[in-house]
Amino acid sequence: MGAASNPALLEVADLAKHFAIRNVWKRRVGWLRALDGVSFSVRRGEILGVVGESGCGKSTLGKTLMGIHRPSAGSIVFEGNEIANISPYESRSLRRHLQYTYQDPGASLDPRWKIGRSLHEPLVIHTDLDHAARDARVRQILHAVGLPESHLDLYPHEVSGGQQRRVGLARILTLQPSLVVLDEPTSGLDVSVQATILNLFLELQKQFDLTYLFISHDLSVVRMICHRVAVMYLGRIVEMGDTETVFARPAHPYTRSLLAAIPDIGGKRITDDFWLEGEPPNPGNLPSGCRFRTRCPIADAGCAGQEPTLQATDPTRSVACWKAEATS
Amino acid sequence: MDTLRFLLRKLVEDRVALLGAVIIVALVLVAVLAPWMATHPEDVSEFHPQIRLQGPSAENFFGTDRMGSDIYSRILYGARITITIAVIAIGASVLIGVPIGLVAGWYHGWFSDALMRVSDVFLSVPQIVLAIAIAQTLGPSIENVILALSATYWPFWARLVYAETRSLKNEVFIEACIALGASPLRVMTLHVLPNIASSLIVRTTIGMGGTILTAAALGFLGLGPPAPSPEWGRMISESREFLPEAWWYATAPGLAIFLVVMGFNLFGDGLRDILDPRIRRSRRHDD
Repeated sequence: MGAASNPALLEVADLAKHFAIRNVWKRRVGWLRALDGVSFSVRRGEILGVVGESGCGKSTLGKTLMGIHRPSAGSIVFEGNEIANISPYESRSLRRHLQYTYQDPGASLDPRWKIGRSLHEPLVIHTDLDHAARDARVRQILHAVGLPESHLDLYPHEVSGGQQRRVGLARILTLQPSLVVLDEPTSGLDVSVQATILNLFLELQKQFDLTYLFISHDLSVVRMICHRVAVMYLGRIVEMGDTETVFARPAHPYTRSLLAAIPDIGGKRITDDFWLEGEPPNPGNLPSGCRFRTRCPIADAGCAGQEPTLQATDPTRSVACWKAEATS
Repeated sequence: MDTLRFLLRKLVEDRVALLGAVIIVALVLVAVLAPWMATHPEDVSEFHPQIRLQGPSAENFFGTDRMGSDIYSRILYGARITITIAVIAIGASVLIGVPIGLVAGWYHGWFSDALMRVSDVFLSVPQIVLAIAIAQTLGPSIENVILALSATYWPFWARLVYAETRSLKNEVFIEACIALGASPLRVMTLHVLPNIASSLIVRTTIGMGGTILTAAALGFLGLGPPAPSPEWGRMISESREFLPEAWWYATAPGLAIFLVVMGFNLFGDGLRDILDPRIRRSRRHDD
């Protein structure tokens, strides 16, 4: 796709988000490290997938990028501007081209607002356009997501769930974003609807020059549409690289177990070589050294000492594992 | 408006709430039309001692009081006082309580906590005691009753709005607004308030009943508007020394208070069933 030659649109360095764990007296008894030193960059025009189990920090990552959570440390540079550590209200104009869609974009609509009014709102907040100009833009976007103009006068509950999703997408597209964070956009959909929605994403990407950060736990979807993929485990990226490389030759034991869990008709049974057992450890109480070692089949005493960092194994992929060389 | 038509249709189905609404409308009509409906409008301030304490008759529907004034006419004019006190006191409570609840609910921090602790202090004293204390300190007048009631009742709205705002803040569409870059003021006024409007309306309607009752109690204790004001609570208070012989004297204002408070409560309950299905406490069929 030629994405590799493009400059970075988003640069995230050592991003951390720690939530205080408090007891009943509101005393802090520990930190929940939802994000713990995450670094990556997104190039203009690409689709970067972020995968991992529930609770690995995928959504926290998206929400921290959006300023819904304030990062505890690290920097986020978007379109050349540092946007970490300033409140969403201060960074309003800087974040205008960075938008976020929820798992169910329809749920982001105020149930008491007509769809038309909800679609106007981003433009009211960010631009000085008059009503007619906004209306023209709204109608254009509405057309792009494949909804009839008559929907403008309806309330969200008066349209179907799939159409609500489209409205939710239209809402963020009115601001002509360059980067859209898609948070689990296909979960909870049946397969045919998934395909429709994914095609819509790809179409919109072409039409509006979008870059996607695609947060998902659905590896088959990620494999299908993402150019690069980052695998997260307990608030850290453990492996990142080109989708093809990562899927063909996963280097981190965690990635391998995730890939083994993709159901495959006619293939091996998942249980044959799936050894990822139990739940991840409590993120408020992480193991020493490599945080995956408690569930890792190849961990040894050396893994308990230092935390591994991302190291390039190929030109297109890097891994955070002490044993990466030995196993890939 | 669709919402309004929906409300009216539901109201017609709900006979009890409709009864409440009819009583409220009647109260307002009586207050507005008092000069035309009253048979002796001058009796609000005029005395006829020669016909004092007469029983109900064709001339004086509800009899006459200790000064010989027509109780029926005085009740009609009393409705004006009742409505004035209730509307202004509730209006002020809403104006004070809603912004405080919004701000305290939206932000986390010592300021929010401080606001809520202040409202807790007001709530920790029984309302009637607090109102009596304030009215007693300020002296008997209609303005002071309003002041006392507003100071007593605002925490109810602050509490309600606080709780609703807190829970709304976790809703995806509110978070989406923040992510979109909307200012807190915008989110609070355009998204939070409309979404809690129904519980506010319900609380306000039911609050009217309570306020009218407390206002009557203040009048009864001599802390309301001074004589010869036809305040209902004061009229009951005046009648005490003539009971039980002049039974009509206390009955008329007592019934008036009872009907009006019941009207607001029934209407409020009905509104809650219609607008706030989450806490449907309906004692009737569910559809």
